[in-house]
Amino acid sequence: MMLNHDILIVGGGLTGLRAAVGLCDKFNVGLISKVYPVRSHSIAAQGGINASLANNPDGRDDTWEKHAFDTIKGSDYLGDQNAIEIMCKEAPGVVYEMEHWGCPFSRFPDGTIAQRPFGGGGFPRTCFSADITGHSLLNTLYERAVYKKVKIYPEWFVIALCVDDGQCHGVIVLDMKSGKLIPVRAKVTIFGTGGYGRVYRNSTNALINTGSGIGMAYKAGVPLKDMEFVQFHPTTLIGTNILMTEGCRGEGGYLLNNKGERFMQKYAPGAMELAPRDIVSRCIMTEMEEGRGFEHPLGTYIQLDLRHLGEKKISERLPGIRSICIDFIGIDPVKEPIPIMPSQHYSMGGIDVNEKGASSVKGFYAAGECACVSVHGANRLGGNSLLDTIVFGKLTAQAIEEDLPKSKLKPKEKPLLALKKEMEKKISALSQPGGERPYKLAADLGAVMNEKVGIFRTKKELVQALDEVIKIKERYKKVSISSADLHMNFELQNALELENMLDVAHTIVLGALLREESRGAHFRRDFPKRNDKKWLKHTIAKIGKKGEPLISFKEVKITKYQPMERKY
Amino acid sequence: MIKSDFYTFKILRYDAKEPKKDPYFALYKIRVIPGLTVLGMLLRIRDEIDGTLSFRSSCRSAICGSCAMVINGKIDLACRTQVAVFETDTIILEPLPNFEVIKDLVVDMTPFWQMYEKVQPYLVRKSPEPEKEIYQSENDRKKIDQFVNCILCACCYGACPVLNRDENYAGPAALAKLQRFSADSRDERATGVLEKFNNEQGVWGCDTVFRCIDACPKDVRPTDGIVGLRKTLLKNKAKELLGVKEK
Repeated sequence: MMLNHDILIVGGGLTGLRAAVGLCDKFNVGLISKVYPVRSHSIAAQGGINASLANNPDGRDDTWEKHAFDTIKGSDYLGDQNAIEIMCKEAPGVVYEMEHWGCPFSRFPDGTIAQRPFGGGGFPRTCFSADITGHSLLNTLYERAVYKKVKIYPEWFVIALCVDDGQCHGVIVLDMKSGKLIPVRAKVTIFGTGGYGRVYRNSTNALINTGSGIGMAYKAGVPLKDMEFVQFHPTTLIGTNILMTEGCRGEGGYLLNNKGERFMQKYAPGAMELAPRDIVSRCIMTEMEEGRGFEHPLGTYIQLDLRHLGEKKISERLPGIRSICIDFIGIDPVKEPIPIMPSQHYSMGGIDVNEKGASSVKGFYAAGECACVSVHGANRLGGNSLLDTIVFGKLTAQAIEEDLPKSKLKPKEKPLLALKKEMEKKISALSQPGGERPYKLAADLGAVMNEKVGIFRTKKELVQALDEVIKIKERYKKVSISSADLHMNFELQNALELENMLDVAHTIVLGALLREESRGAHFRRDFPKRNDKKWLKHTIAKIGKKGEPLISFKEVKITKYQPMERKY
Repeated sequence: MIKSDFYTFKILRYDAKEPKKDPYFALYKIRVIPGLTVLGMLLRIRDEIDGTLSFRSSCRSAICGSCAMVINGKIDLACRTQVAVFETDTIILEPLPNFEVIKDLVVDMTPFWQMYEKVQPYLVRKSPEPEKEIYQSENDRKKIDQFVNCILCACCYGACPVLNRDENYAGPAALAKLQRFSADSRDERATGVLEKFNNEQGVWGCDTVFRCIDACPKDVRPTDGIVGLRKTLLKNKAKELLGVKEK
């Protein structure tokens, strides 16, 4: 059996759904997702989506240009300025569009969409739906997809991307319910497969965020960009690392050390708690390293104090945060400060694409967190990831709508059938008994990335990390799963994703080792300054003959904002 | 409080691909520490003891709705249930009721999504779109708040006694979704559209015994939605009898 679509979309989060509703009227579109679309990780975004609507009485002068400048400065000048301008110009339009499609945004007293301040933004431009903005947006887009009758294949797990002769032919899928391997042929394949947070032991990300889409693209020969730039969110609950939205600080929350000081005063007296995430995370780590954290069996922490906001504001603006704290750590933030620590949160790097979502492989596109346009550069601003997913889901769809009717692309059956055979062989090798269980390797990988490729990095640790990742890759060759069943076999799924995670990790570590400067979220203790002369460029990683990343560089697109020192 | 260092997990196992093999409880003994959730334990059991165990999971923070199941007789999300809340060191896990089992704790959600699609779960507009947002007062926004919170986890569907005897009943989640749009000040669906649910398979099927409210991890209170829809339908009927025309 071979399934055919004009356009195949992989991923049922905001990016994939936005692309699907943009294309389904004119083309034969299929959307494949390894979970039911509303389970996708977009659902977990809390704080909001940036757009210069200027609804907030304190933000009447906001414009898309100011949004673009904040984003460029936030990116530590690594973001491509043309792409950032496009995203910020599109922002109000897509927010209104989502509202027209039913998104239940919170409101100001005048009935307009409510906006609050977020980190690194000069204006209160983050539109929100209480503290479940991702949930509200994802449900709205899923509802739109139901209205548009988009063909969705839920719980279909893509296991390989088929690229042959510089062209993408489709994917190989494992239907998790039936256990069948199905080749899917398409003229155009779009990945909206999300980030790689689970490469780290401590991450805010869902368990499904393995970055396997990025790894599959890499394996198929698609270059990756800026993989060393990993965002660590400053405020995640200790123990579980569940996200405590930046909206907590946007609404006025404080960060306190064990002396009761709002320590951000020392580091970013202007922006205080609302400095960008890379900076706040480093400040928290510094406070903890210098002995000003609190101790707890689950680890050292800093306090996120919301008490002064009062019960009414907390219940109205941050109800989800309150119930997460009560359910997961037994603390009511109305009465007690929240114990937080930084942890991995977002993948700035990803599949190298342009502002139309196009990669260097014909017929293969990517958008959202799995892609790197780059609009986030070395550090993403809060509220810009939801925006990225919807804007570039939309623009990728538009570009394909224009280009596909003119295209002479003919995806072929033969490479797909060959790839299917190869995957059958791989699965059967995994089912051979006697080897190590995959979870052990995943745990070792998570520990290495956490300890040696974290917020502060050094050459010595990165060299060790590279060595260890390569060793785990060797061990992977002999990994064994418990059952050869193909249906609902989550251990098999984990084992297949692990291979991709190892490749993703390899590119992160190598990029971090080579980049001898500090920029945005990539901080080298041995090279603590930004070095524009040598390093104002994107890192490109392409797979070599033995699976190892080959690194090259690409210039950053600058329109009108020359790099300056980043002060907040 | 943790009741002992080792807990026993009794998990109902079944594979629809092997229908001749009866369902059975598999026993796993595993060390626990305070602060662990049922989902955390399931992941460890699958990783460290039995790789063949099947269950769904994703966000681990009670927002994605993947891991609804029966935990010591109560329907809840495994990710938000602390092991320590039970007065026992034995935890029994069973798949969500009112669904066919695919494998172990994974059920076939197809009927749930079919009902969801039937209620036209999207904003219906007839007016031309304004250039900016459609205005909505804070108060009107508040009216839909509880229903907006629904994460479609199907805990309510599993708990509903009506669905247990009538699989054609729309069920609490779908009806709560219908109310989410029906009560949205921006929605312009014709009043007649609700008529499709003005019957025993729709809003009048509900026993109003509030099992869905007990089971809901997000305080959506689906029964409120069903009662709200009943009121709207009765109001529409009264208007019709009095000869008031729909705008």
